[in-house]
Amino acid sequence: MSVETQESVDLTPLRPVLERWAPQGRSGLLPALLEAQTHYGYIPSAVAAQIARSLGVPLADVHGVIEFYALLYDEPVGRTVLRVCTDPACALRGGERVLHAVCALAGVEEGGTSTDGAITVERSPCLGHCNSGVSVNVSFGRPVRNITFAHVTPETVGDLVDGRGRTTADFWSEDYVGGDLCIITPLCGRGRRTKLFEYEAVGGMQALRKVLSSMTPQQVIETMRRSELLGRGGAAFPTWAKWEGAAKAPGQPKYFVINADESEPGTFKDRVLLEGDPCRVLEGAIIGAYAIGASRIYIYIRGEYPLAIERVEAALQELREAGYLGERILGSDFSIDVEVRSGAGAYICGEETALFESIEGKRGFPRVKPPFPTTHGLFGKPTAINNVETLAQTPYIINQGPDAFLRLGTADSAGPKLLCVSGDVVRPGLYEIGFGITLRHLIENLAGGVVGGKLQALLIGGAAGTFATPAQLDTPITFQGLRAAGLTLGSGAIMVFNDRRDLRDILRRLARFFAHESCGKCYPCQLGTQRQYEILDRLAEGQPLPGDVIRLQDVGWTMTDASLCGLGQTAASAVLSAMKHWPDLFTNGSARHA
Amino acid sequence: MPEVTLTIDGRTVTAPEGTTILKAAEAIGIHIPTICYHEACTANAICRMCVVEVEKQRLLQPACVVQVREGMVVHTRSERVERSRRTILEMLDSAVDLSDAPEIQAQMAEYNVNHNRFPGAERRTPPVIDDNPMYVRDYAKCILCWRCVQVCAEDAQYTFALSFDGRGFHTQIGTFFDLPMPETTCVFCGQCVGVCPTGALKPRREWLLEQGKTPDEILQMSRTARRKSRRAQR
Repeated sequence: MSVETQESVDLTPLRPVLERWAPQGRSGLLPALLEAQTHYGYIPSAVAAQIARSLGVPLADVHGVIEFYALLYDEPVGRTVLRVCTDPACALRGGERVLHAVCALAGVEEGGTSTDGAITVERSPCLGHCNSGVSVNVSFGRPVRNITFAHVTPETVGDLVDGRGRTTADFWSEDYVGGDLCIITPLCGRGRRTKLFEYEAVGGMQALRKVLSSMTPQQVIETMRRSELLGRGGAAFPTWAKWEGAAKAPGQPKYFVINADESEPGTFKDRVLLEGDPCRVLEGAIIGAYAIGASRIYIYIRGEYPLAIERVEAALQELREAGYLGERILGSDFSIDVEVRSGAGAYICGEETALFESIEGKRGFPRVKPPFPTTHGLFGKPTAINNVETLAQTPYIINQGPDAFLRLGTADSAGPKLLCVSGDVVRPGLYEIGFGITLRHLIENLAGGVVGGKLQALLIGGAAGTFATPAQLDTPITFQGLRAAGLTLGSGAIMVFNDRRDLRDILRRLARFFAHESCGKCYPCQLGTQRQYEILDRLAEGQPLPGDVIRLQDVGWTMTDASLCGLGQTAASAVLSAMKHWPDLFTNGSARHA
Repeated sequence: MPEVTLTIDGRTVTAPEGTTILKAAEAIGIHIPTICYHEACTANAICRMCVVEVEKQRLLQPACVVQVREGMVVHTRSERVERSRRTILEMLDSAVDLSDAPEIQAQMAEYNVNHNRFPGAERRTPPVIDDNPMYVRDYAKCILCWRCVQVCAEDAQYTFALSFDGRGFHTQIGTFFDLPMPETTCVFCGQCVGVCPTGALKPRREWLLEQGKTPDEILQMSRTARRKSRRAQR
């Protein structure tokens, strides 16, 4: 395919896209490509070349970016693209059968496009609807629309073509939100966005008013320090330390980034927060931006979360109209606005430096650390980057004070925590709890207990997490309690498997996820995720080779010890923990599906 | 410049602040193996062959970018280090044709690499791209060290003809929409060929000689090609 053969492409629809994004130069690349694709269905080379010229990006780099992101295409795809989640939570509810039904419907193998150009079928990584049956992300129509459907069955896949099922309630995902506490989720799980005036009616935006009228940035950071809030994205780093680091770092401008690229299999808490109560998250971010002296906030939302993107944009509009964003907000000297950025199908962009690269219009390769984001973050400037849930906790800390927050947790783990429970339980859903409850209370009382058999295993922390056994059910959910039991809380995803499930099939799915999502930068992960998948694939088929146990350990420990970023360092975590708990799994072959 | 003192494999070393572990070790004759590292290129810590164990650090540290610190205690041949290096080499060997990579072959010999460590492993075997008169690209031999992409961009030539196709294991160096090299911004400076450590990029004449062509045949081929291109221009 050469540029010349595509000169017939009409570039008129591209004009407004370029007018909007060209002023941002290379940073406008990903949004420009995504918008262009809604017009053309894919990115023709003539379109890519025009975008390259307008934004001042080398041609090869534009193509490299298209190639990196799973939601961007450099050749035509079907009018409807169906992306079927087959990761563990959906697999337990028949994800594989739905994928087969979609393939049969289109008459193609996965990854293929039907001969009439109507349907493209893809296997998708976790879509973050783990509490509500098999989910399928669907792109359809011109301009292309994107919707994630839940509760899909093999019988109903036909209704997804051209997005038809969007007008029925059949595929609507009503998130179950429960738990012991209702501090940060009182306005979530009601199937709609909480409007700004409703949030204000229950005390929303008071924390921002308090901060701007009576607190210095240093006092905000001190309050956060005393609250002992640890980041809720998975790494559990003290939030105040990030803010202080960025506040003190020399250099202007400074940036505040909301990491809403939630993609850890089994995790959906950030989606529920952004869809249900986006103002709370944004209030936390504005407070954080004030604390570090930022001049711009970016919120990077996963591309497969179209509803969250839509609702955050609606919330931002309300916040601007009410004077919470813009010039001299609430009459203070502080001015700030928020820019929404959509991801485009890359788990790795949840890694903070890869996320910066993505906003900068590059492939999402993680950077070598140090330097750290607080001094050299987005565009090389001092940056604070926080997870959605972390920011949703912030208004409460400011309003009620750090002591009230501390009382909600334990000595080493402060505050409330959101846990995403999926798999074989009576009530899969999002649970807000105070740190210190046991896994048993979560599974047996809150989630209603195990269904379909007896408890076999829990996977805590998502694909990057570790397995727990029924014997560990009385472990308290605190950072230290879990660590002492050899577990890690990670993103707060807890998948439950009954004793009729074949964990080898689950392990294969986790391995396929990492092989698909590895960016390919460092050798241990680029090669190791592929080799790990191959070994676990034959194990799940009941055909392990002699030496596979040692092979898995060498690959796993090499990725853990030597990978460049957190993706590779945790890509073998679940496998290695399973080998410890259930060594027999890895020697006796059996081919049973989850 | 202030100096720091550290210990590498039990030996005390003093080095200027900002020195990498790789260079500090080299100064006292301790060789740390590298694959992607090149003196003329920005170090990106990609291959992780140079990882070493630094006491009080949970993870192995890439010596090519990590700077020395006061009191650091470094082990360059610990068991963890050796396992990672050997496994990286074995995984690379299972994926890529390393027959033209003498330095990596020497490393494989040193680390007792088992050449059949990963039976049934998928290999990267794209066809040779012979699309210009200057050099051929045989990505079955490419180890994704990034050197060619880097020298084509800010590390040397500012030509930006190269980027990446795909991602993860299925990454391959590529051009804009896989255009043949003469249709890209390539200026045929040859720097990418110069830094390629595995023969994935090779002068076309050398490649033709390896294919069994005689110098006379090669001369004849290039004359024919020139005639054809002149005719095409008319």
